Amino acid sequence: MDKREKVLERYAARVYKNRKEHLVQIEEGEHPSIAANTRAIPGVMTARGCCYAGCKGVVVGPLKDVCVITHGPIGCGFYSWGTRRNKAKPAEEGGKNFVPYCFSTDMQEPDIVFGGEKKLELAVAEAVEIFAPSCIMICSTCPIGLIGDDVQAVARRAEAKYGIKAIGYSCEGYKGVSQSAGHHIANNGLMRYVIGTGDTAPKTKYSVNILGEYNIGGDGWEEERILKRCGVEVISIFTGDGSVEAIQNAHLAHLNLVMCHRSINYIAEMMKTKYGIDWLKVNFVGVGATCQSLREMAAYFGDEALKARVEAVVADELAAISGDIEYYRSKLTGKVAGIFSGGSRSHHYQALLRDFGVRTVVAGYEFAHRDDYEGRDIIPSIKEDADNKNIETIAVQPDETHYRERYSPEELCGLKEHIELDNYEGMMPDMSAGDVVVDDYNHFETDALLKSVKPDMFFSGIKDKYSIQKAGFTSRQIHSYDYSGPYAGFNGAVNFGRDVTMTLYTNAWGLVVPPWKSAPMLVGTIGGE
Amino acid sequence: MLDMTPVKVAERKALRINPCKTCQPVGAMYCALGVRSCMPHSHGSQGCCSYHRTVLSRHFKEPAIASSSSFTEGASVFGGRSNVSTAVKNVFDIYAPDIIAIHTTCLSETIGDDVKSYIMDMEIPEGKQVVHCNTPSYVGSHINGFSNMMMGFMDYLIDPADGSAAGKTALFPGWVNPGDVREIKRIAGLMGAECICFPDHSGVLDAPMTGKYELYPDGGTTLPEIRALGGCSQLIALGEITSAPPAQLLTKKWHVPEVLLPTPVGVAFTDRYILALRQCTKREVPRALEEQRGQLVDLMLDAHAYTSGKTAAIFGDPDIVIGMTSLCLEMGLVPKYVITGTPREEFGVKVNALFDAYHVTGCRAKANADLFELHQWIKNEPVDLLIGSTYGKQIAKAEDIPFVRVGFPVLDRYGGTLLPVVGYVGGIRMAEKITDALMDRRDRDAADEDLEIVM
Repeated sequence: MDKREKVLERYAARVYKNRKEHLVQIEEGEHPSIAANTRAIPGVMTARGCCYAGCKGVVVGPLKDVCVITHGPIGCGFYSWGTRRNKAKPAEEGGKNFVPYCFSTDMQEPDIVFGGEKKLELAVAEAVEIFAPSCIMICSTCPIGLIGDDVQAVARRAEAKYGIKAIGYSCEGYKGVSQSAGHHIANNGLMRYVIGTGDTAPKTKYSVNILGEYNIGGDGWEEERILKRCGVEVISIFTGDGSVEAIQNAHLAHLNLVMCHRSINYIAEMMKTKYGIDWLKVNFVGVGATCQSLREMAAYFGDEALKARVEAVVADELAAISGDIEYYRSKLTGKVAGIFSGGSRSHHYQALLRDFGVRTVVAGYEFAHRDDYEGRDIIPSIKEDADNKNIETIAVQPDETHYRERYSPEELCGLKEHIELDNYEGMMPDMSAGDVVVDDYNHFETDALLKSVKPDMFFSGIKDKYSIQKAGFTSRQIHSYDYSGPYAGFNGAVNFGRDVTMTLYTNAWGLVVPPWKSAPMLVGTIGGE
Repeated sequence: MLDMTPVKVAERKALRINPCKTCQPVGAMYCALGVRSCMPHSHGSQGCCSYHRTVLSRHFKEPAIASSSSFTEGASVFGGRSNVSTAVKNVFDIYAPDIIAIHTTCLSETIGDDVKSYIMDMEIPEGKQVVHCNTPSYVGSHINGFSNMMMGFMDYLIDPADGSAAGKTALFPGWVNPGDVREIKRIAGLMGAECICFPDHSGVLDAPMTGKYELYPDGGTTLPEIRALGGCSQLIALGEITSAPPAQLLTKKWHVPEVLLPTPVGVAFTDRYILALRQCTKREVPRALEEQRGQLVDLMLDAHAYTSGKTAAIFGDPDIVIGMTSLCLEMGLVPKYVITGTPREEFGVKVNALFDAYHVTGCRAKANADLFELHQWIKNEPVDLLIGSTYGKQIAKAEDIPFVRVGFPVLDRYGGTLLPVVGYVGGIRMAEKITDALMDRRDRDAADEDLEIVM
C-alpha cells in the first residue's frame, strides 16, 4: 500500500472523502492536483490558526512604527505578543519601536453587551497621549464583528481628531478558513491606505521592495545585507523590521521581490496593476536558491555592471561559507526530511536542504492555496467558495501619476523565459515521484506519516515539535527556527546546517534507552565454573 | 528595551498595555490536560485552540493536544452546533480519548451557543464522556477558566452514589506545574493521606522521553477518581483564588468539608498545608518533612545578610504571587510591588494582610494591573529584584534588575516545570534562585577590590 493510503485508511468515510483530496502522493510523470484553502474539518486537530493571527500576527504586527491595538478580550493580544520572532529595531537612535509592546482593549462583559466602540475610542486616545504614534492600526477579534463595533469608523475619527494615520481591520478570527484570510485583509489595508502615500524616491537605479519577508530570526537583515553588497537599494520590507514610513514609498521602487508568495501575493499583483511594478518570486533560503534569486534579479534589470557585481558578491560569499557548508553537508548528506509549515517555507527549505544533500519526501502547508502547490497557472480554474467570497478582493486601477512599465509586453515575455517573473510555479513541480504533499496537515496525519516514512528529520511548528521529538525524530521548528537564525542568505545557510547537525547528533539521543532494557538482570554461572 | 515607556504614570481606563493575564479558555485547556485520556476541545475559531496549544507547549516543552470546532463565518451566524457535534464524532474516531472536555470562547459565548444542550443531543460512544464549561474570554482571566473547567468536570461526572473514595482526601493543587503537583502529592503521601488529586498534570506535561510518543501519557486524574470525588471525606484546596470556586462547589453540592489554603510556597504556607493534612490523617509529621523544613529555614538564616531589606517586585497569577510574597517576606525581602492581572479584589486584601503581618511599609498590591504600569512604578522607585513570568525579562533588561522566573508562562527557560516551587523543597529551590540572583548582581557590580571570594 502506498504511504498515502496507509494514512487515509484510518479515517471514517466522510473524513476520508475530504482528506483524500488534501493528501497527495506524487506520481511519475503526472502534474498532481491538490485541494486547498477549504474549511478544516472540526475535530481533526488542524495546525491552523485564524484570520486575526494572519492579519495582526503575521502581516501588520511586525510594523515597528505602528501602535497595533487588538480590539477584543485580552487573549488574542497576549498570545501574539513577542511570540513570532519578527525582529525589529528602531529606524534611528531614539526612533519608535512598538514591536516589544502589546496593546489591547481588554474587553469586559459590559463592552460585549453594550458595544466596545467607546472603549476602543478611549484606548486610541490613551495610546495617542502616552506614545504619540504616527500610525495606529486596530485589529478586530471574533466578538467585534458579532457585536457590530465599527473599527473602520473609529480609525477614521482618530485620523481626523489626531492628524495621524489610522487603519481598522475587520480580521475577526472566524473569517475565512485559516490565517490566509487575515493576510489578504491586511494586504488590502496596506494597499488602500499606506502604499503610495509617500514621496521619497529611490536614490539609485536599482531599487526593490522585499515582499513577504517577516525578518524571523533576522532573515530580512541578512537579505538586505546581501542586496546592499550587490548595489541594490531596499526601499521597504513587508513587513519584517518594516515601517509605514518606508512602505508608503514602496510604489516608487523598481521591482518587487516576493519571498512568501502566500501571504503577500495580493500586494504584488495589485502593485503590478496600479503602478506597473513587476514582481519576481525569489527564494533567499538556500545557497543555490539565493544565488539564483540574485542572478534573476540582475537579469531583470539587464545591466551588465549589476550582473558582474552580483557574480562578484556571489563568488565572495560562497568562498566565505564553502568550508562550513561542505562540513555540514558531510554530516547530513543522504538523509531525508519532512517539512510542515505555513504557506511558503516547505518549498523554500527544500532548496536549503538540497544544499546539504538532504531530500524532502514529505511537505505540507497549513494555509496555502492551490497556486502555492501547483503554480499560478491554475488560479483561473480555482473554484471560489462561500468562505473565500467573504474576503474582500479590491480592484485597483493604473495610477495616473505613478504607473510606469519598465518593459513592453514583448520584452516581458522574453524575460519570463528565463526568470520567474510575475509568476510562481509552486512547490509540487520541485518534488519527485513518491513524495507526499499534505494540505492543512493535522496531528494524526503527522504521526502516521512519521511512522510510515520514518524521515531522519522533521521540520514543523511548536504544536508538533515535542510529539515528533518524543517519537524519536530530530524535530526542529521551521516557523521560529527554534529561537536561532537567521537561516536566509549565505550566512543563514551555515546557521541552518549547524543547527540541524547539532540536533541530529546531540548526545542525549544515545541515552533514550536505559541500559537495563538490553542488559540481562540475572547473571548466572554454569555449575562448577 | 521598552524605550517608549514613560516615567510619568498616566491614568488608563481603556488601553491595556503589556498584560499580566490572558483569557479563560487557555486555563480550561490546561485544566483538562490534567485528566487522564482527555481531549480538551475549544469551541470557537481555530486560532484560539492554536494559540492555547502553542503557549502551553512553549511553557511545558511538551505536546499540548486539543481540538477545535473550527468556526467559520457561517457557524458564527447560525451557531456552532453542527461544528461541535462533528468535532466530537471525529475526535472519538481519530484520537479515541475517554473523555472530551469542551470549553467555550468569546466567539461561542457572544453568539450564545448552548453547549450543554448540544451535548445532550450528541451520539456519544458507549463508555465515553463529553463534558463542558463556559469560559467567556471577556470575564476574569485564565485563572477563572481553570476553575471553571474543574467545575465542569465535577458537575458532569461526580456520582453521589459512588462511595469508593470514603476516607480519602480530595486534593486540589490549583494552577501549578507538574513538578509542584508531584511535591504536593509527595507531602500528602508522607503524611499518610490517601488522596485524589484533581487535576493532576504530573505524568502528562512532564512525561519522560522514551522514544515512543503517547497521545495520552500515563498521568492525570482518572475518570473513576473524578466520579468518586463527591464521596471524599475531606477536601484540601490549595490556591485561595484559583481553587476557591471548585472547592465551594464540592462542599456545597456534595458536602465534602473543605479546607482552603494558600498555594504552599515558603515555610508558613507549607506548614499550613501540613497541619491540614495532619488534621485529616491524625498522624505525626514525619522526620523527613521536619528535616526539609529545617533545611529551608537554615538556608534562609544563612543567606539573610544578602536578602534582608532588598526590595522586590512580584507579578503573575494571584496564588503563586501570594505564595512568593510570603516566601520573600520570610527571607527578609521587602515586596515593594505585588501585582496580578487577574481582576480579583481578594488578591489585594490577602497581600496587604501579609504586608501587615511582617510590618513592611511602602508596599503596593494591585489586582487587575498590567506590566506597563508595574514598569512605570519601577521607573519611579526602583527595586532590587524582579520575580515573575517570562514577560518580566523586558523590564529586567530595561531597568537592569536581577530577575527570577516563576509562574506562567515561562517561555524562555527549560526544566522549571519539572521541579517544584511549592513545599519546603520548592522553598529551598526558590530561596536559592533569589539569593543567587541578588548575589550574582552584587558580584557583577563590585569593584575589583571589593570582589569577595568568600561570601
